Amino acid sequence: MALAENTNADKGQRGFGGHVLYVLSENPITAVAFGLFALIVIVAILGPLITPYDPLESNAARALQPPNADHWFGTDSVGRDVFSRVIIATRLDMMISVAAVALSFVVGSIVGSIAGYWGGWMDAVTGRFVDTIMAFPLFVLAMGIVAAMGNTVENIIYATAIINLPFYARVARAEVRIRREAGFAQAARLAGNTDIQVLALHIFPNALPPMMVQISLNMGWAILNAAGLSFIGLGVRPPTAEWGIMVAEGANFVVSGEWWLAFFPGLALMIAVFAFNLLGDGLRDIVDPRQRT
Amino acid sequence: MFLDVENLNVTFKTRRGLVSAVRDVSFTVEKGETLGIVGESGSGKSVSSYAIMRILDRNGRIANGRVSFDGMDLTAFSSREMRELRGREISMVFQNPRAALNPIRKVGHQIEDVLRRHARATKYTARKEAIKALEAVRISDPEKRYDAYPFELSGGMCQRIVIAIALACDPRLLIADEPTTGLDVTTQKVVMDLLAELTTRRGMSSILITHDLGLAAEYCDRIVVMKDGEIVEQGKPDALFARPANVYTRRLISATPRPGAEIGDLVDPPVASPPRPELGAPLLQVKKLCKVFGHGDDAVTAVDDISFDIREGETLGLVGESGCGKSTTSSMIMRLMDPTSGEILLDGKPMTDVPAAKFAREPRRASLQMVFQDATDSINPRFTARQAIADPIRRLTDESPKGRVEELATQVGLPLTLLDRFPHQLSGGQKARVGIARALASRPKLLILDEPTAALDVSIQAVVLNLLAELRASLGVSYLFVSHDLHVVRLLCDRIIVMRKGRIVEEGVTASIMDNPTDDYTKTLLAATPMAPSAERDGADTAMQVERAIAE
Repeated sequence: MALAENTNADKGQRGFGGHVLYVLSENPITAVAFGLFALIVIVAILGPLITPYDPLESNAARALQPPNADHWFGTDSVGRDVFSRVIIATRLDMMISVAAVALSFVVGSIVGSIAGYWGGWMDAVTGRFVDTIMAFPLFVLAMGIVAAMGNTVENIIYATAIINLPFYARVARAEVRIRREAGFAQAARLAGNTDIQVLALHIFPNALPPMMVQISLNMGWAILNAAGLSFIGLGVRPPTAEWGIMVAEGANFVVSGEWWLAFFPGLALMIAVFAFNLLGDGLRDIVDPRQRT
Repeated sequence: MFLDVENLNVTFKTRRGLVSAVRDVSFTVEKGETLGIVGESGSGKSVSSYAIMRILDRNGRIANGRVSFDGMDLTAFSSREMRELRGREISMVFQNPRAALNPIRKVGHQIEDVLRRHARATKYTARKEAIKALEAVRISDPEKRYDAYPFELSGGMCQRIVIAIALACDPRLLIADEPTTGLDVTTQKVVMDLLAELTTRRGMSSILITHDLGLAAEYCDRIVVMKDGEIVEQGKPDALFARPANVYTRRLISATPRPGAEIGDLVDPPVASPPRPELGAPLLQVKKLCKVFGHGDDAVTAVDDISFDIREGETLGLVGESGCGKSTTSSMIMRLMDPTSGEILLDGKPMTDVPAAKFAREPRRASLQMVFQDATDSINPRFTARQAIADPIRRLTDESPKGRVEELATQVGLPLTLLDRFPHQLSGGQKARVGIARALASRPKLLILDEPTAALDVSIQAVVLNLLAELRASLGVSYLFVSHDLHVVRLLCDRIIVMRKGRIVEEGVTASIMDNPTDDYTKTLLAATPMAPSAERDGADTAMQVERAIAE
């Protein structure tokens, strides 16, 4: 009996793996996006193991060297290796954006699902709450939150999560609402599922594909937002390596010809945002069982 | 030869390589003739017509073959020439009129669009011409309807607008793809009669694509039967129905419900109809049930003071057209919705004292189950068949799901190897079986069958109806069979209730309702269903009754 179950599970696994391969091969852009994403994740995980220099170690003798064989991305005004700093910053930037997006996904999904499923006053209250957030210029709101609560990594995460919350709440509400009276939801009620079970086990998983697109777009946005906060000085503080600060610090040197200080962290930022934005469609196709045959 | 389709082959590029959807199809349509293309889903009947119109999806193409229309080879036309031709020479009417109309534009403007596109009217005459087109499809008060939006009109009215658009430029060929599927039978009759009359009067040729043999027999001069992308037989309706040469045609004819046929006669080869269970004590009692939606002036009474009983082992048919309150009634009996007033008793004990929102945890939940109309919509797309069937077992019974799921699958004839598939990997008939297995999982006493075969092909409908009859005989379960089609209901039911506008207009034993209906509405319903030529009917009488019913 156990054996039979194992082979079944194996078959399911292979089916899913095969499906992922199919989605990737069908759409080369998705494959590129997944490749970039994998690269970013590997760099974030390996971080300190693959840096040639200590990202915080300054060396006045080697200040402001253009890219060369020793320092691939050059060095900054105090002689720190830009390549090492870009690599190290990956983990921090990824952590901020993943945590922020995860937080807003969870809270937004719960709020939106409840509003979409029960409607009535709950919908009205959550709807106005979300509208209130949306009424602020979002980046200014994030600035305000960080400025008021203090300049820490956690607060950047909370601020980014709060400004992303409305998007998840709205998508979740709309997707749940159109399925509230669907045949399978009625069937689930007849099968003895309580309202919460119908919502959590039957309706919400079906809302995941469009949410996935939202997640991947938001990831890129969250990275930009975190970097943006740091850029204007409201975020991670120097000398910590972070793409936004590095661009901000490097910006002063661009006029005098030291372009590499801002260029390489900016490039890393751009690649990360680009990868996440492209990931969306592929992720949606992977989590949607209907795309499997 | 007016339209001459010769060796048409259509292929589609898919994930599994090239799939040929239509193979070597040849047929002709003479001037003024109506050709019926009949077949079940996947037979290639729609694809053939799309190929004629050159409106195939991007991944589909005409691999070879010739389509000559009045001497012109349409396959050689540029897409610009085709655009000129569509609407002016060849028009099409689609299945779902609401999807075919632009929801945010007035219907009058939509008719003007096509008139002006083909230079049939100028800016100054367009309105007048559009109103004339509305008059032609007998829309009452066309001046006023000109300004209506599609959502303000009924399904039948929308289809008439679509027909008005299709006929606005006096095309010489009309292709109607399932023009009345999804409409009520009485509306179907009106729309089809209108189409037939307009095409005859204008001397147009037409192609009627349908899954309904009766409809094709009634309105077509010649019929082509298609299966799996190929033509299996063609001929005049009378000859075709009297002496079908092809095995498939014969099976299709025998699967179509018709007067005199028993449930076992529908399948090929015919089987003995399963016995009907002994009737026991009253199981379900519905007393003075009412449901009102909305408040004050906006209040709509969906169900108006209805009462009936169902006994153990009995099958009751609940028949009516869309909006008659039959779905609301079944929702209330299923305890998915609370009634405004009235009582529902199961085994003599009232159920309405537990509100619908709390009923999921009520022990009697297991006794009441339902088979939904649309099997595709009613199975969670993320659940495999096994998970779908196991869900009620886990929630409502103490049994272990694994063995029980397989027992149920065997009971409904679903191969065990299909249990780990997702709904989209199953055929319509297989999904219907999953739906039935799931409904039976908690060993219910009463099963509501909400149009369980409406979305199925006739041959599969025949099999599913027989399955339901066998399950009733072996399990002794009672059914409430909700349907719009009296001829389907007759096959399974001991008694029938006919509902209209929230009220019961007639109730009685099946045979007496079918043979001697007393209510006019029941007569209209019975008469409006198109029947294969073997059936005896009186056309003139029917038309009058239908018109009277619409006027009311």
